[in-house]
Amino acid sequence: MAEVQQKDSGDGKKGKPKKMHIHVDFTPMVDMNMLLITFFMLCTTLKKPQTMEISMPSNDKNITEEDQTKVAASRAITILLGGQDKVYYYSGQPDYTDYQTLNETTFAADGLRAVLQDRNSEIVTQLEDLKKEKLETGMTDEDFNTKASEIKNVKTAPVVMIKGSDESNYKNLIDALDEMHLCGISKYAIVDITEGDQFLIDNYESKGELSSQIDTSKL
Amino acid sequence: MPRVKVKRKSTLIDMTAMSDVTVLLLTFFMLTSTFVQKEPVQVSTPDSVSEIKIPETDILQILIDQDGKIYMSLDRPADKEAVLGDVAAQYGIELTNKDIQSFKVLPTFGFPIKDLKEFLALQSHEQDKALKGEVMGIAAGIPCDTTKNAEGIDDKNEVKMWVKSARAANSNLRIAIKAAAGTPYPIIRNLMTSLQDIRENRYNLITNLKKISDEDRVVIK
Repeated sequence: MAEVQQKDSGDGKKGKPKKMHIHVDFTPMVDMNMLLITFFMLCTTLKKPQTMEISMPSNDKNITEEDQTKVAASRAITILLGGQDKVYYYSGQPDYTDYQTLNETTFAADGLRAVLQDRNSEIVTQLEDLKKEKLETGMTDEDFNTKASEIKNVKTAPVVMIKGSDESNYKNLIDALDEMHLCGISKYAIVDITEGDQFLIDNYESKGELSSQIDTSKL
Repeated sequence: MPRVKVKRKSTLIDMTAMSDVTVLLLTFFMLTSTFVQKEPVQVSTPDSVSEIKIPETDILQILIDQDGKIYMSLDRPADKEAVLGDVAAQYGIELTNKDIQSFKVLPTFGFPIKDLKEFLALQSHEQDKALKGEVMGIAAGIPCDTTKNAEGIDDKNEVKMWVKSARAANSNLRIAIKAAAGTPYPIIRNLMTSLQDIRENRYNLITNLKKISDEDRVVIK
């Protein structure tokens, strides 16, 4: 407890100020602080959640087919998200009669990322060089971002369509968006899956058995 | 034998230094941390390499759990009041001051409009239960029914209406979607198309930070 000790100097001389020895016990203060710290540690969080920014195209009905920019088949890559974390892709126009038009890959580093970076190799190497330059010259973030977007927005850059099937989940979508980010692809869109795409997946899974059922007269 | 005299020592420890340390720690925690938001469902968000931080204010958070139940939360009480007023007016619901107060202190909401009155009349702990769907007669989650009526308008889509009202109340609002990693894709697609319909084309997806090594970052050499 807080105590004030009075030291008796003993010589009994008058007029001399008495020396006070003050000792305050801080134990209750520490107790209280500890309680407060515990409270703050349990009720608060230090980490702020990360986010991903995406902008979706407007689905305004007034925009006709012609207004939408058509993508050259050579630049288009379609990624199909299947069930059980499976992911498939095809480039350009698929050939519905051949099940091998669809390729299966994974979300691992040597899967989808390798494929996309290979397709986008020019931009990826340029971006890497830019990063090195940034480290060496101490470029500002603003400069870096403008230069990076210049590199990413060249006319030959691949355009990726992400189509999620009904069996896929939210994590697959985020993983796919992550790959876009890592592969320096600035043009990508999340598109609804079509019946044809679903057919491709089913056909691939059954190793081309469905190809024989195609009504060729309707094609 | 002479008795050994045990010297009595004072057990008084000087706590001043300890107190200094704890006060410092306390200050650190108070300044750096933010309070955990009470959410009706535990949602584990997927990991991503994105490093953008979410802004602290003007956020409309849409929370989706594994089963597709949709909840919303607004950070500013003034917005909440405006949104509730707007929604109630559209559905012709008359609100008392008590209802408005009850809604303002609610951290996260998610119930069909038809249960609004009933929900707001509940006690706070009962409301928590209702949000989990444990109270009879009150469904949990905001309906996001995209089935269209005869005129081609999905008038049962209450998510759209809440978001629209929130946008009207605060034009700087950012929409953040926080969904569980295992949420089936059709549910996400429904929500995204609903948002697209009301021209909310930019939004944030809340994720956890995933660290990946530099070797994994660029595969081709």
